[in-house]
Amino acid sequence: MTAFEYAPAPESRAVVDIASSYGLFIDGEFTEGSGGSLKTINPATEEALAEVAVADESDVDRAVAAARRAQQKVWGPMPGTERAKYLYRIARLLAERSREFAVLETLDNGKPIRESRDVDVPLASAWFFYYAGWADKLDHAGFGVDPQPHGVVGQVIPWNFPLLMLSWKIAPALAAGNTVVLKPAETTPLSALLFAELVQQAGLPPGVVNIVTGAGATGAAVIGHADVDKVAFTGSTAVGKSIAKQIAGTRKHATLELGGKAANIVFADAPIDQAVEGIVNGIFFNQGQVCCAGSRVLVEESMHDELIDRLKSRLGTLRLGDPMDKNTDIGAINSARQLQRINELSDAGEAEGAVRWSADCAIPENGFWFPPTVFTQVSSAHRIAREEIFGPVLSVLTFRTPAEAVAKAHNTPYGLSAGIWTEKGSRILWMADRLRAGVVWANTFNKFDPTSPFGGYKESGYGREGGRHGLGPYLVEGSTR
Amino acid sequence: MTAQTTSTVRPWDRDAAQVAADAAGLIGSAEIGSTALRRYLFGLPGVDEVGAKGRAAQLGTRSIKTTSKAWALDMVISMIDLTTLEGADTPGKVRSLVAKARTPEPGDAGCPRPAAVCVYNDMVEVAVEAAQGSGIHVAAVSTAFPSGRASLAVRLADTADAVAAGADEIDMVIDRGAFLSGDYLKVYSDIVAVREICQARAAGPAHLKVILETGELVTYDNVRRASWLAMLAGADFIKTSTGKVQPAATLPVTIVMLEAVRDFLAATGVQVGVKPAGGIRTSKDAIKFLVAVNEVAGERWLDPDFFRFGASTLLNDVLLQRQKLATGVYSGPDYVTID
Repeated sequence: MTAFEYAPAPESRAVVDIASSYGLFIDGEFTEGSGGSLKTINPATEEALAEVAVADESDVDRAVAAARRAQQKVWGPMPGTERAKYLYRIARLLAERSREFAVLETLDNGKPIRESRDVDVPLASAWFFYYAGWADKLDHAGFGVDPQPHGVVGQVIPWNFPLLMLSWKIAPALAAGNTVVLKPAETTPLSALLFAELVQQAGLPPGVVNIVTGAGATGAAVIGHADVDKVAFTGSTAVGKSIAKQIAGTRKHATLELGGKAANIVFADAPIDQAVEGIVNGIFFNQGQVCCAGSRVLVEESMHDELIDRLKSRLGTLRLGDPMDKNTDIGAINSARQLQRINELSDAGEAEGAVRWSADCAIPENGFWFPPTVFTQVSSAHRIAREEIFGPVLSVLTFRTPAEAVAKAHNTPYGLSAGIWTEKGSRILWMADRLRAGVVWANTFNKFDPTSPFGGYKESGYGREGGRHGLGPYLVEGSTR
Repeated sequence: MTAQTTSTVRPWDRDAAQVAADAAGLIGSAEIGSTALRRYLFGLPGVDEVGAKGRAAQLGTRSIKTTSKAWALDMVISMIDLTTLEGADTPGKVRSLVAKARTPEPGDAGCPRPAAVCVYNDMVEVAVEAAQGSGIHVAAVSTAFPSGRASLAVRLADTADAVAAGADEIDMVIDRGAFLSGDYLKVYSDIVAVREICQARAAGPAHLKVILETGELVTYDNVRRASWLAMLAGADFIKTSTGKVQPAATLPVTIVMLEAVRDFLAATGVQVGVKPAGGIRTSKDAIKFLVAVNEVAGERWLDPDFFRFGASTLLNDVLLQRQKLATGVYSGPDYVTID
């Protein structure tokens, strides 16, 4: 692109105030932490954004105690109609302050402002709106007569959609009458801390929402705390397994939303231009750092060459760079550690015989970056076809028949999502009946809505988030009390 | 399909035999018959409506500012077919339109001129005379525009009339009735016949824009098929609409047509132009279309020879935006001339 250069169109970072240091949000107030502090950086520039307190076990203990008090004295006894008012207020405030949240999310996470502005923040608000509506209808939600909250919920969320995952966790928990202690990821704590301010602004009773920041040890303290009744985790399968072990033999219920290696299946009769867009959106949205990313394209062999040609020329128009620029499509990788993992797996792909192609884009000097990359001639035996890369790296495999496509789609320890591209409606239904994946998208990909349940099969985890299904894990069914 | 050849053929440089040969090569049949055409058009990949609209919405979020906006505004002006298509058109109105095209921004010689003025057939002579020496093309809407509901003989006579009067470009309408009833051969041979008249123009071929009237074809699958059908028959440009039917030029429809010309170039080496017409009134909208041209078809279409806007009120909005960039303040409707 030479004739029509897009001049820089940066979003202003002045819309959000970032403090130089943040404490923990416990019992409605920001307090000191006892576990030291950590720095959170902007992954696009490596500039330090703020220092954030680290919660140790005593801090987590305070947070859980505050949550317990609030649950027993205020939030639990409160009528659903009243809880709903608070949730609606949070939803509205998120929408009103959306620009602030979008800018902060982009600065802390590295994702393009276009995505945080158009996807993350609007969906976060929508999640609260949706679950606010359930708060006074729990008796009629199909969970028995007078279902009850668990009590105190411990929640640990990942860095890929910091605010959105917070909403997925907090909105249904609060609607059901639980109180929460939530730990955001160590590399992306800032939007959760801004959310804590919003909680104050909304006048939520102290202790209903508590935010404790820190790294793995803090998360383990939240999950392992004896007075936590239920845990919910989104993140890697490895950590998910350790959580399952940690809580085995206790009374705690768990929802785990873990990794994925989704198959995005393209038939020869697919609407080809939209399929290319769907592939791009499937694996390059949020730099591929999406648990349900369409990281494996399974394409009908007769369509392979044409699809790859079209895909490559489309990838040539993707704009990588400053995430704050409104025209940026591909932002920064969230951390040096994640970049190293993407590099390692990509190198393994090449070493094992797959053919690597990357879009020709200039990589900024500072920060963590990886160009959109496509591997062809990938076989199911390659690591890049089996392991979750969590980066902008696509593995392309081929199939000959619908049954083979299903078999290859299933040939992974995961089962979080899948995509089907075909103009033939009956084939969509045939495939969707057979695919063991929590979400099956037809002629689209990576579309989310609060009314729709989301979750995994196999090692992608258990429990569902979103929709009526997402309410269930936060309730003790009336009939089983 | 996207391995773009470095040298491309301008569609109007092809003679009828070459057009027929290109078409025969694509559909894989020496004889262009009804069955072969149908088979070919129905073998084109489908268009998913939700996805196409989603792509348009996403391209619409591009933020074009400062230097790129200045560049884009001038490019938009140079791509405008400044149009008046009213029953009340008079020679005076047409002369005034041409004068506006000659001097879009009095006092600023650096302001580009629109590519063409677009008028009804009987106004061609007036427009040609007024535009003489300006480099501004005169485009005539022909073939019983806008409905096209007349016999082929009348439609051809209409075209010959415009060409004889000196039109540089002919905007014809396809027979939507024939298309919707599945008579693709009729649509094809109509275009071939009109093209023959355009090609025979004494001063060199008149460029042929083929109006699909996408608002009557309704589905994107139809738009894609009609685009290919027109290109097979030798269209120099494919154009969305007459402007007399709603919806006219939408961004998703234009994107589907841009995909078609991009793929046609890859398949044949011939670069066909695209003209959205009707409903594009603001600079902001026009720039969205330019972004789509840039990212869907490619920068070689950022050229008035290959992309046009059919519009009557767009020019003044672009001029106002242009003034704003130059002076830093918004002026107002009295600071641009009316035509």
